[in-house]
Amino acid sequence: MAIFLTEQSRVIVQGITGSEGTKHTRRMVASGTNVVGGVNPRKAGSDVDGIPVFATVAEAMKETEADVTVVFVPPAFAKDAVVEAIDAQIGLAVVITEGIPVQDSAWFWQYNVDAGQTTRIIGPNCPGLISPGKSNAGIIPATITGPGRIGLVSKSGTLTYQMMYELRDFGFSTGVGIGGDPVIGTTHIDCLAAFEADPETDAIVMIGEIGGDAEERAAAYIADNVKKPVVGYVAGFTAPEGKTMGHAGAIVSGSSGTAAAKQEALEAAGVKVGKTPSATAELMREVMKNL
Amino acid sequence: MDLMEYQAKELFAKHGVPVLPGETVDTPEAARGVAERIGKPVVVKAQVKTGGRGKAGGVKLADTPEEAVARATDILGLDIKGHLVRKVLVTEASDIDTEYYVSFLLDRANRSYLAMASAEGGMEIEQLAVERPEALAKVPVDAVKGVDETKAREIVAAAKIPADVADQVTAIVQSLWQVFVEEEATLVEVNPLCRTPDGRIVALDGKVTLDGNAEFRHKDVFSAYADVVADDDLEGRAKAKDLNYVKLDGQVGIIGNGAGLVMSTLDVVAYAGEKHGGVKPANFLDIGGGASAQVMADGLEIILSDPDVKSVFVNVFGGITSCDAVADGIVQALGMLGDAAHKPLVVRLDGNNVDEGHRILSEANLPQVTVVDTMDGAADKAAELAGAAL
Repeated sequence: MAIFLTEQSRVIVQGITGSEGTKHTRRMVASGTNVVGGVNPRKAGSDVDGIPVFATVAEAMKETEADVTVVFVPPAFAKDAVVEAIDAQIGLAVVITEGIPVQDSAWFWQYNVDAGQTTRIIGPNCPGLISPGKSNAGIIPATITGPGRIGLVSKSGTLTYQMMYELRDFGFSTGVGIGGDPVIGTTHIDCLAAFEADPETDAIVMIGEIGGDAEERAAAYIADNVKKPVVGYVAGFTAPEGKTMGHAGAIVSGSSGTAAAKQEALEAAGVKVGKTPSATAELMREVMKNL
Repeated sequence: MDLMEYQAKELFAKHGVPVLPGETVDTPEAARGVAERIGKPVVVKAQVKTGGRGKAGGVKLADTPEEAVARATDILGLDIKGHLVRKVLVTEASDIDTEYYVSFLLDRANRSYLAMASAEGGMEIEQLAVERPEALAKVPVDAVKGVDETKAREIVAAAKIPADVADQVTAIVQSLWQVFVEEEATLVEVNPLCRTPDGRIVALDGKVTLDGNAEFRHKDVFSAYADVVADDDLEGRAKAKDLNYVKLDGQVGIIGNGAGLVMSTLDVVAYAGEKHGGVKPANFLDIGGGASAQVMADGLEIILSDPDVKSVFVNVFGGITSCDAVADGIVQALGMLGDAAHKPLVVRLDGNNVDEGHRILSEANLPQVTVVDTMDGAADKAAELAGAAL
């Protein structure tokens, strides 16, 4: 099973002919992903390593039966690219692009809601998701971990890699990097719900960071809906108020969005929260041994 | 990017939000000319990107041009919560009948926008939200539909703005929405929106935060409002080199890849510092996925020039980049910096090709570099070295 992405997934790449798009398409293919096409309106009819390039998402879907698109289009054109994917009613759009203006993200999110949410959007500003051994949609390095029964959801790319690497002896069903922007398409809660329902996932690691209240809302969701064990980590205890820490969404505003508040909320929901990434991996190790 | 009040008001005026006449000056003498031109009592207001200016003595009334010079002398050079006052806004003093509140902001939880408005402005809005939540209207705004006249009327009615000025305030709400969407802000706030005794409505103060990701569509505004970079301004120098750097008040310099990992590194160093004289992280610096030698050298150069830094912790997880490339980057960076790089460096590498990375560092045999295998262990070592140098 895994969540959102399986061995059956047929993946296209929007922006396949750009340097990042081409590089990561090769990496996805090398890690076993079924990349069936790419999209670039100006280069339709050409190919990248034998992968056909189509003019539009709709055409690529018609010709290849693709159900996942990975978006590497630069920020200025990302909104149009995502709208095109929504219009084509593709099942999953993974938006890797960093630096998309937040009003563009808010706009395409609302557009997707108005269109009936046929498309699940992951990101933007995210590393994508990987179901190890099955498929890899995005830029997560496939070599750092293997298949297993832990589910992971994280705002941060490198902390995702760190955690998957530390727990590589157990392996993962799916790891989802949901992204560090203020407006994202798939939330911690969406992933928690999917992992709870996934028979191939036994336990869940949830990684959060300062800014917004997504972790607090996820904690409330866990308390009411998640039976599987959840281990958590929150980054940014030492972040000063009012400064953006790398991710556009990682900012403590006044007294809201602090790491301490997020940890407190998660612990109140019965989530074991690690003080460091290694301590968090250790907590998950204990959970998996005692299943 | 947070804007100063006068910058916010310039954007307000551009989109038709009424503001009072005023000019920004950076010397007391220049305040006299502005006050003379206005020809009425003025307010002299510190221009800094922080709240609580009034309480800090940064907002003063002046009845005459001579008084304006004296008040500007008092305020220029003040330190308000760590912000040095370099400019003051000299603006017409308004008689106030009633104060209202209006704002638009990004609503992260609903992935949309929120309009907030109240007929009881003036006080801190956080305080109003706690003490009299029923007086603060919160109206969701659809990101695709935006704010038309009907929506603006809904906001004004929800805020219980009196009927005799409802039309005026509705027009202002629509103009503020234009500021929000056309300038690509994440916050536009007017507090107070003032009703004068003769029934006019004007924005007496303004707060605007622009979306840094949208800079490419608003180069003119961003360059006009960019902060002046002083030589001792580490953040300004880092920004000029496209580095993602935030200065903090500790002693352990931090370099890492990926925002989440770097935030986590700061925390782990702060915990370790508790055992070593209370040392703390000196900065946030994310060199991103690539971690090339040049970026590593640029980052190290900024961090090592920070006089507060006693040791440096380089914490890299090789995901896309492999650890041998990172190790090469460190060796080359230290070579480029030469004698400038004498502070102790603790390096932790993990992930792709970590063994090769360790081999490169060990062969380079750099006297200032200590390699530690784990993030927690390396943080402890970096804190210990900084503590010993205090």
